[in-house]
Amino acid sequence: MIGTGHYLFLSLALFLIGVVGVVTRRNVIIILMSIELILNAVNINLVAFSRLVGSVEGQVFAIFIITDAAAEAAVGLGIIIAFFRNRETVLADEMDLLKW
Amino acid sequence: MRPSEYFLAHIWLVPLFPLAASAVMLLFGRKLSNSLVSVFCVGSVALSLVYGFGAIFQLIARPAAERVVEFALFNWIPAGPMHTTSGHLVNFNAQWGFLFDPLTAVMVGIVTGVGFLIHVYSIGYMAHEGGYYRFFGYLNLFMFSMLTLVLANNILLMFVGWEGVGLCSYLLIGFYFLKKSAADAGKKAFIVNRIGDAGFLLGIFLLVGTLGTLNFSELRGAIVAGHFAVGDAALTAIALLLFAGATGKSAQIPLYVWLPDAMEGPTPVSALIHAATMVTAGVYMLVRTNAIFAMAPRALAVVAVVGAVTAIFAATMGVLQNDIKRVLAYSTISQLGYMFLACGVGAFSAGIFHLLTHAFFKGLLFLGAGSVIHAVSGEQDMQKMGALGGKIRTTYLTMLAATLAIAGIPPLAGFFSKDEILARAFRANHALWLVGWLTAGMTAFYMFRLLFLTFHGTSRVPHEVERHIHESPSNMTVPLIILAVLSIVGGWIGIGGRFERFLEPVTQSAPASTAGETPEAALMIASVAIALGGIGLAWFLYIKRTELPDKIAASFGGLYRLVYNKYYVDQIYDAMFVNRTKDLGLTLGAFDRTFIDGLGVDGTGWLTRATSVISIFWDKWIIDGIVNLVANVVRVLSIPVRWLQTGRVSSYAGFIVLGVLVLLGFYLHAAGYTLANLRP
Repeated sequence: MIGTGHYLFLSLALFLIGVVGVVTRRNVIIILMSIELILNAVNINLVAFSRLVGSVEGQVFAIFIITDAAAEAAVGLGIIIAFFRNRETVLADEMDLLKW
Repeated sequence: MRPSEYFLAHIWLVPLFPLAASAVMLLFGRKLSNSLVSVFCVGSVALSLVYGFGAIFQLIARPAAERVVEFALFNWIPAGPMHTTSGHLVNFNAQWGFLFDPLTAVMVGIVTGVGFLIHVYSIGYMAHEGGYYRFFGYLNLFMFSMLTLVLANNILLMFVGWEGVGLCSYLLIGFYFLKKSAADAGKKAFIVNRIGDAGFLLGIFLLVGTLGTLNFSELRGAIVAGHFAVGDAALTAIALLLFAGATGKSAQIPLYVWLPDAMEGPTPVSALIHAATMVTAGVYMLVRTNAIFAMAPRALAVVAVVGAVTAIFAATMGVLQNDIKRVLAYSTISQLGYMFLACGVGAFSAGIFHLLTHAFFKGLLFLGAGSVIHAVSGEQDMQKMGALGGKIRTTYLTMLAATLAIAGIPPLAGFFSKDEILARAFRANHALWLVGWLTAGMTAFYMFRLLFLTFHGTSRVPHEVERHIHESPSNMTVPLIILAVLSIVGGWIGIGGRFERFLEPVTQSAPASTAGETPEAALMIASVAIALGGIGLAWFLYIKRTELPDKIAASFGGLYRLVYNKYYVDQIYDAMFVNRTKDLGLTLGAFDRTFIDGLGVDGTGWLTRATSVISIFWDKWIIDGIVNLVANVVRVLSIPVRWLQTGRVSSYAGFIVLGVLVLLGFYLHAAGYTLANLRP
């Protein structure tokens, strides 16, 4: 029987994959995709606890996050396109203008 | 002042007309035509003449006791209360005020009258000279200064005029300033006058400090109020200092040396400034302050001796001069000596009387000499003249009148004034009379020598010049004729003591003359006799036996050279004072360069630079060092922090993750979890 613990492990696995992707990958688009993984790991977590507790609030919150993720993807891709037009790159290690 | 006395009420306008014309000339004169300049400048003096003589006539119309007008135009230097040396508290206040009394009337008459004639004469004389407007501008400025001098009601304002005429004298002597001798003569006149003026100024200071007043009309009252005794030391000192000023301006020993050189100026200037008016300012000043001199018999004795010695000393120098203007210059010095002799023996009115007649005949002599110089194309050496009498008749006749007048032949002007001086000198001291008497003979001699060398005998004029000899234009000869008439009749106003009585309100403090014991007639005959003797000798030497002068000169070689070279006074002054002053200047200059510039300025510079090395070290190593140290510390401290700032998004993301893990670990640890019991 699949319990709450399994959902949490899946969520943790997805979160770690996302974090590793964010930290290690060079391509900003991949980083953005990894962030989506992190968000979805959170969603699974919320839905799992919602079911465990028997409250619907968690699932409502997950819907919000999905909406938010869509908006974030749209904004993020827009920034990336604008950045690419200026610098002709999408590699995160070349985005070092904030450096001292 | 009565309403009908328009001119007396407007006496302050008299000096203002020439001042206005002078201002116009000196500011815009360059753009005006010569005829316009003449109209302006001679017109302004003509206005002064009208106002001056109007005032004189209105003054004479008054009763004798009321013949004084004094008013102030404005308060000039209101300096407030001060203590005199005798402890009185007085209010020092110099006014721009005017005093018009018989003495001023005489002086205003001379200055405006003779001044006007000389202005008219100058139109002709200066017609072909450059700087026409400049000449008239200076001449009008001179008229303003001279009229201020004689009209001033206090000694400080008089000093303004005194310095003003000195300045104009300098400017006009150096009128041909491109000529070195003229420029030098101007400087010499100015500097020698400064020496006298220093004395004058000290005299003024002492006068104010002692009597507490500057006003001429208050002098007598102040002396009475101060209970000064006759011969008071302070008053004697004042008198001597004032006389020092007079010796400078009026060319007396020892400060006479500038006047002969002043002949470098244009001839009308010599006539106006260096014969008729400015040089008599010293005599005028003496008579104006006679209240002080009357209280200082020792000072008066000095005045008399200096006057007498100057008279005979200058006369001997005049005898051997060949430059027509220089003869006249020495004659002027000599005649001024007479005036001081008169003042010195207490005959102030006689001095002023001689001043008046001298203004006529000496002004005329200079103008005549100018006319002669004009005729012979600028030649001034009498050795290159001769036999001009027939060719320039008007000049000759007018100069003859003036020469007879100065020689003291009755009934011409000079006879009356000179005779009066000699009579008063005889009463005071026989030796003084003797000197004056001898001088009278020498005067007659050298003046007729001048006349004979110039107008008689054989012509020594070069041929090319001879063809151009011509009489001067009428605007030059008419002033000559007018002055000649004045030289003839001018002395008659003194007959019967009328002139003396006219001046009485001014000269009342003069020692009373002890009349009665003088053999007046005998003195008169003696002075006429020696004058005729001088004339006869001149005739004998320069008409009859023309070869004699050279022989005499040869047999008295040493004496001749001594007198011919004017007793080497200029050389002695050069050696004693001028060169010593120059040496002093050079020494001071060397001192300045070595000590002030070298040690003082350069030394301070060196010292500043030396101390600045320390300052630089401090700045560079301590001040800058602290700043750099702070910066370096910050830089070193920043190295690890800088290393964190990679600028790479992924590393920042890594730090975030690390941070989250650390926080997570911290909270888990705090909540009691360990790695061992992490598993639920």
